[in-house]
Amino acid sequence: MKTNAVNLTEIEYLLPGNRACPGCALSLAYRHILKALEGQVIVTVPASCLTVLHGMYPVTSVNVPCVNTPFASTGASATGLVAGLKALGKKGLTVLAFAGDGGTHDIGIQALSGAAERQSDFIYICYDNEGYMNTGNQRSSSTPLGAISGTTPILGKQQNQKDMTAIMEAHGIPYVATASASYPLDLYEKVRKAKAIKGTRFIHIFTPCPPGWGFSFSDTIKIGELAVKTGWVVLYEVEDGIFRLTSASESIARKGNLRPVREYLMEQGRFKGITEEQINELQDRVNALWKRCLKRATSL
Amino acid sequence: MGTRDCQHICGESSPGIGEAGRTGEWRNARPVIDQKKCTPARQNKPACFLCWLYCPDAVISKTIPVQINLEYCKGCGICSQVCPVQAITIVNEEEFVLNRTD
Amino acid sequence: MSLKKTDRKADIQILDGNQAAAQGTKLSRVQVIAAYPITPQTPLTETLSEFVERGELSAEYVAVESEHSALTVCNSASMAGARTFTATSAHGLAYMHEVLHWTAGARLPVVLACVNRAMGAPWSILNDQQDSISQRDTGWIQIYARNNQEILDSVIQAYKIAETAYVPVMVCYDGYVLSHAEMPVDVPSQEDVDRFLPPYQPHTILDPANPKNYNLVTLANPRVNTEGVLCHGYMELRYLLQEALQNSRETIIKVGQEFGELFGRGYANMLWEDRLDDADIVIVAMGSLAMEAIVAAGILREEGHRVGILGLRVFRPFPKADVMKALKKSRLIVVFDKNISYGSEGATCSEIKSALYGSDVNAVIRNFIVGLGGRDVKARELAEAVNKSLPSLKEGTLSNEYPEWICYI
Repeated sequence: MKTNAVNLTEIEYLLPGNRACPGCALSLAYRHILKALEGQVIVTVPASCLTVLHGMYPVTSVNVPCVNTPFASTGASATGLVAGLKALGKKGLTVLAFAGDGGTHDIGIQALSGAAERQSDFIYICYDNEGYMNTGNQRSSSTPLGAISGTTPILGKQQNQKDMTAIMEAHGIPYVATASASYPLDLYEKVRKAKAIKGTRFIHIFTPCPPGWGFSFSDTIKIGELAVKTGWVVLYEVEDGIFRLTSASESIARKGNLRPVREYLMEQGRFKGITEEQINELQDRVNALWKRCLKRATSL
Repeated sequence: MGTRDCQHICGESSPGIGEAGRTGEWRNARPVIDQKKCTPARQNKPACFLCWLYCPDAVISKTIPVQINLEYCKGCGICSQVCPVQAITIVNEEEFVLNRTD
Repeated sequence: MSLKKTDRKADIQILDGNQAAAQGTKLSRVQVIAAYPITPQTPLTETLSEFVERGELSAEYVAVESEHSALTVCNSASMAGARTFTATSAHGLAYMHEVLHWTAGARLPVVLACVNRAMGAPWSILNDQQDSISQRDTGWIQIYARNNQEILDSVIQAYKIAETAYVPVMVCYDGYVLSHAEMPVDVPSQEDVDRFLPPYQPHTILDPANPKNYNLVTLANPRVNTEGVLCHGYMELRYLLQEALQNSRETIIKVGQEFGELFGRGYANMLWEDRLDDADIVIVAMGSLAMEAIVAAGILREEGHRVGILGLRVFRPFPKADVMKALKKSRLIVVFDKNISYGSEGATCSEIKSALYGSDVNAVIRNFIVGLGGRDVKARELAEAVNKSLPSLKEGTLSNEYPEWICYI
């Protein structure tokens, strides 16, 4: 039976009274990832918002074992946990690497790429809030064109984002997927699916950040939904090379009702300086991505 | 006062609720559920529970009636946004202070 | 617990330093190996992968894509409860730098073999000790081997030391001079090493039934946990690391003594002393240089000087008390450093001076920088440096502001 809010487990692995901002999409995503893994997990995290969410010694706000690791090393840390467990003959635990876009696309890309090439047996989840949010919103390679950030304070970012999911797919790993905190059941299903697959599995989660992006923290879910409705985020999975649209992206593909990307951009303070030219460029990129996805979804 | 009673040789943290303190104190408005509109309350059986699903802080319970832990609710208001029957309103904390009788 | 001496006959094999380290690692029943090739460590890495692929060593061999990842893999595998090993040189060690700090702060008993090599710029693949010396502040125990037998023996002892003190150990040996030079080495039997080295008992628990979160942000001040116990601030955790290093001297000597009882080669010492009983001139050196120094001392003795050698075996924790005692009778101390803390002097010389401060030893100290970038060091040159320093016994300062260099400038 398909998972819904009624039959989804009540067990919580993320404890209340933690340091996440109100309305934090990462926090919501994490709740459901841990439910999907039934808490039978060892998590490894680099420096990131998640480190802060996890709390400060000697109390932590998560009810699963966790290993902190230096910023650039998440992929290697997960590899080490897998190797250690294997050497000791310990089975039945999932190793989960959970890092932000900074720790995945930028400083952490080398270790992740190495781990994927070695087919290291763990799930790597990147929560993408499109900037170095833990240090106060500096631009990352995932920050969009035209966005204001701490290090692009006046002119906005001049470059487009890097497509990390495509990069991971190019490693030939058995499972890559995109997901969104605004579609928690889709995320849950994808993590459950990943759990049962051997090898390196990569999930890229879109996690809007209220203070970083400039919107009210009650709108986190709405912003995430708008991103999917405008094609800014496409929800898909690639399992052994087979591409599949999922959840809201799948129904938008059927109905053909993709909304203009402008509707998504205008809701956020970080785009207040964006130019018409940049909006058009972003719309072109979104259109191209959507076209590619539709083609992949219908070809056999 | 020394920390020798702490037997740790490295930074080993144990799980605990309220690591950041009473995060309920962060908010300036709180969610209030109208149990006459809330679907599981009306039907008196498990149903909907979308507020529970979308709460980033896991402070909402899947009970009948649905309850919100105000010690730790940060007042983000997401529950109010996602409720399909508009059963949750966000009310300013001032209202509750002003209505106190002591 | 006293270990019964082995009744096994010596198994002398001709091994180079890298092979000796590989044998030590294999005999220690390492469970996870993660290493990235770098000259002159590469043959060590290759030998280990051969052992694993031939089924002689039952370990997970992780072909990491960088040294930073190599040590991280070891750290996390060690957290999971496995005995781990890595090896590197020069820039590889430097690349691991932030992770070295992490290993020590996390109190993980990782063992690392550093095949000493010069740092760029400019590029050099040849030997000096700048690489490991540059990491002396990270909280690792550092042991320097003088020859290939000591390399093999030190790796095995390193695990027992590390797993007792919960402090990581770096076994250093000179690149090319030892790593690629073949010497007779007595290789212990697996059975005997198993008697000496019990399985690793981790202090970390990674179990969903008893979840812990390791090495989170730690505040400056102590903080109460959920049971009301006042737990450490950052400073207290770091104090415990220093305390562990200070106390590790006892462990190092005890382990060395046990090793001696079982294998007949004793290591119950922080220093190597040679003819110090009647010496008033002492040469201080570390690693293979300490062997060269013995030849130099021989030359000087022929010339009528009473010269002894103080070979530093353990650089961290620095054995101040042992050094003070060994140098009691010295009037001239000549310290040869295959490294330099730029802007100051050789690291060993600074440590020696620090050890002697406030003691009765009233010796002249002279520091010579030698052998950088693989520059060959001849015993004759060491002897000449000592002769050059002799006049300072009559006139001149107790120590100079900066060291002298034995080179062509």
